[in-house]
Order: sequence, then structure tokens, then C-alpha cells
Amino acid sequence: MLQHYGPQLINLCAAVLLLLGFAMLTQRRILSLINLFATQGLVLCASTALVALLTGQHHLWGSALLTLALKVVGLPWILHRLIRRLNVKWDVETLLNIPTTMLVGIVLVILAFNLAAPISRLAGTVTSATLGIALASVLLSFLMMITRSKAVPQVIGFLAMENGLFFAATSAVYGMPMVVELGIALDVLVAALILGIFVFEIRERFDSLDTRHLEKLKEH
Amino acid sequence: MSTSGLAAQFTELVLAILLAPVLTGWVNQCRAWLQNKSAPSLFLPYRMLAKLFEKEVVLAHNASPLFRFAPYLVFGCLALAAAIVPTLGTDLPLNAAADAIALVGLLALARLFIALAGMDIGTAFGTLGARREMLVGFLAEPALLMVLFTASLISHSTSLATIVETLAHREFVIYPSMAFAGVAFTMVSLAENARIPVDNPATHLELTMIHEAMILEYSGRHLAMMEWAASLKLFVYSCMGLALFFPFGVAGGGDWLGIVLALPALLAKLALGGAGLALIETVSAKMRIFRAPEFLGSAFVFAVLAMLVHVLLEA
Repeated sequence: MLQHYGPQLINLCAAVLLLLGFAMLTQRRILSLINLFATQGLVLCASTALVALLTGQHHLWGSALLTLALKVVGLPWILHRLIRRLNVKWDVETLLNIPTTMLVGIVLVILAFNLAAPISRLAGTVTSATLGIALASVLLSFLMMITRSKAVPQVIGFLAMENGLFFAATSAVYGMPMVVELGIALDVLVAALILGIFVFEIRERFDSLDTRHLEKLKEH
Repeated sequence: MSTSGLAAQFTELVLAILLAPVLTGWVNQCRAWLQNKSAPSLFLPYRMLAKLFEKEVVLAHNASPLFRFAPYLVFGCLALAAAIVPTLGTDLPLNAAADAIALVGLLALARLFIALAGMDIGTAFGTLGARREMLVGFLAEPALLMVLFTASLISHSTSLATIVETLAHREFVIYPSMAFAGVAFTMVSLAENARIPVDNPATHLELTMIHEAMILEYSGRHLAMMEWAASLKLFVYSCMGLALFFPFGVAGGGDWLGIVLALPALLAKLALGGAGLALIETVSAKMRIFRAPEFLGSAFVFAVLAMLVHVLLEA
């Protein structure tokens, strides 16, 4: 039963992950963006737990728990606090308009699927087909970082990119060694904290969260 | 063509025409409950129709014959569309004649005539509503087609009966592409049925309305046909959603008992779907009309992604 439906459920998780990636790309509100990010973490946690259950790789249970603690509870909490203290709840400004962003997103997805096809044929894991989706999520988050002008959505884009990378690791090679995983988790946490401080500094200097102001720092 | 098929086809058509106003009444009732209002009766749409059929028709002086026959044509298109979508059994005689693409064509024909009738009198509101309806329509239609094509790719056929047969009666498989298609279909059906993120079915005489603006000039039995057709459209979209995403309980060919059992299953599924629609309408706010292209654009993107995901994960 589980052996039969397990891989299908992982594929479903992968599809939902991509769906949430697109939803984040088109989302205008910061609050919804954070909630979508938390949901993406939850789906990631579920898929990691499923891979652990199917393959009997015990260390993956640890990474699933880590994902739950960090990406579903910890980081969204920090982000919620950050926007409450910055008092930013207004609509997110985008550099490209949203329909164009979506079209670029589709092109990225096709690109990612094509790039991943030869690699996933080499991988012998039950989840190898999802590598393309993982790559697509990474590229979509990257696109989100590029098309947003405010600092907080860029931070969320960075964190979502890590979600995609983590999913790629579980789908291609059943996760990384625990030490590496812990290291990355800590890195992301520290990055979120540092970026939080960084966001405050930007506002202090420019009275705005628009990162385009940083272009003026060039020496002439 | 078998007797059970004919019986299923006939029951389905009669059921759709009779049940459509009840479904509308049910959605209104759920919405009222969710908004802490005292709910109207489930059969209020029937009383409304009965009242309208008794009333006299008031026609504008410059109304052309098109204005008078459009309500019957629209109703006919939607009744035919309701007959194509398999709700009780998959062995339908009409199925050989019309597939999913023909279904979209029928819906488009109904929309075209509603829009023409809206412009016929020449009032500002009617023309405005017709233009907006066409704007929504031309964006929603490709997304709907893409959703249907995804289901067709899975079942290797554009016939709705074969799609239901594949999804309901073969071994159960989880299709990730259907998750995307489901989101896209929900967005499209909200827009097509003049529901809240795009249009508000409860307002009259506001600058934001779409569907109500087009039928503003109608009265009496013409208005009754238009209202009934709108209920039928909601019913057709609900049944299409059920056929694509929850086809369980629909009987196969020549199965008399199955057809009898499919009826309570259909009613339960429609009740749940209607409650879900009321929930969506309660928690979301109406968008500006200029956000509608963005909304439907995302529906199209999701539908295209559904096809891509099908190629990657399921092919």
C-alpha cells in the first residue's frame, strides 16, 4: 500500500511545492507571502518524512523535524516579528508586472525540467523525477528575489530558495549528511537574523526598504 | 446505445434543469449562514422563477428579435452542456456527438448571445457589461481548455465520459498535475459564474457588475430564462469540476444499480461543493476589474503548469 502510493504522494508534494512557489511569485502582500513560505516549509517537511518512511533512512527523520522547527515555526515567527516592528504590511512592489513575471516563470520551469531530465535518469532513487521540480523552485525563488524591489520579499525569496535546494537534496540523493544539514540550517537562521538587521539599517539610512537606494552607494 | 444509457442521459438532463435553482439556493443559504445572516429558503430561486414567469414582459421599443430569442437560446445551450457532462453514468448517447471541446464551444455560444443581447438595447450598462463579459471570457476560455487538455492527456481522449471512466474506474492513481488543474479550474469557474473575486452576484446597479449589467433590460419570462440559465451554468461548472476531480460514484456502462446509487453521491458532492464555493466567496474580497486579467492569467499559467507537470512526472 505505502510502497505503491508513497512515490505518488511524494510527486504530489513536489507539485504542491512548485504551486506554492508560483503563488509566492504572484503574491502582492507581505503577510500572505510569509504564510505561503510557512506552508512551503510544511510541505517540505511532509515530503522529507515520506522519503524517510519509504527508504528507511533514519537521519531524514531528523531533517524533517529540523525543517518543521526552523521553517514552519522559527523563521516565519522571526519574519512576522520583523514586519511588525518595521510596520510594513503594504503591497509588495514589483519591478516587472505580475503577468510578465509569470510568463518568465513558465519559461524557467520548462528550462529546469529540460536541464534536470538527463540528471534524474542517472539517479536511481524513487524520487528522481522530482529533481526537475526542485530545480524549478530554486529558479522561481531566484526570480522572485530579482523582481522585488523591497528588502523583506527579497529575504523571503532567499529563504524559499533554500527550501528548493533542500528538496533537491532529498529527491536526488536522499538528503545530505546530518552535519552538512545542521550547518546549512544554522546558516539560514543566521542569514535571516543578519538580513533582519540589514533591513533595519537600510531603513535607518534611506527611510525606505527599497534596495534600489543601495545603488547610490557607488563612489564617484 | 443501451436502455440504461438512454435512461441515464434523460434523468441527467431533467435532474440538471430541476436541480440547478436548488444549487443556487443552497450556495446562497450557506453564504448567509457564514455571514451570520438569517438564510433564505432553499427553494427561493423556484419562487422567484414562478413569479417571473407570471409577470408581463416589458420590451424596449428598439429591441430586435435577437433580444427576444436570446434567453431561449442561452438556456438551450446550457441545458445541452448539462447533458454532455457525465454526472450519473458514463454510457451516454450524446457522448459520441460532443466532447470536452464542444462543451467549451457551447458555453462560448451562450456567452456570445448573452453579450449580444446585452448590447442590443443600446443602454450604457448593457454595453459595459457585455464588454467586461467578453474580457473575462476570452481570458478564461484558454485556461479552461488547458485544464480539459490535461485531463485528456491523462486519459488519452477528449471525451468527458472516457475521462471519467479513466479517473474513476481504473486503479486509483494520484495525479499531481490534477492539483494544478484543480486550482486553475476553481479560478476559472469563479470568474465564469460571476462569483465574488471577479463579479458580485448579489449587487445591482453598481459600476462593478458584469453579469447583472447584461441582463438589466430583461423582464418577465425572459428574465426567468436568463436566471435559470445562470443557475444551470453554475450547475454545469460544478458537475464538470466533480467529473474531473471527484468522479467517484459515477456508474459505468449498463449498470442500473450504479446509476441509482450515483444519485445520492452526486447530491452529497454538490452540497459539499456549494458549501466550498460559499466559503471562498465569504473569505475573499472583490477585486478591481483591472485585476481580473491578472487573476485569469494566473489560472492559465497554472493550467499550463499542470500539463508540464504531467509530462515530467506522469508520462
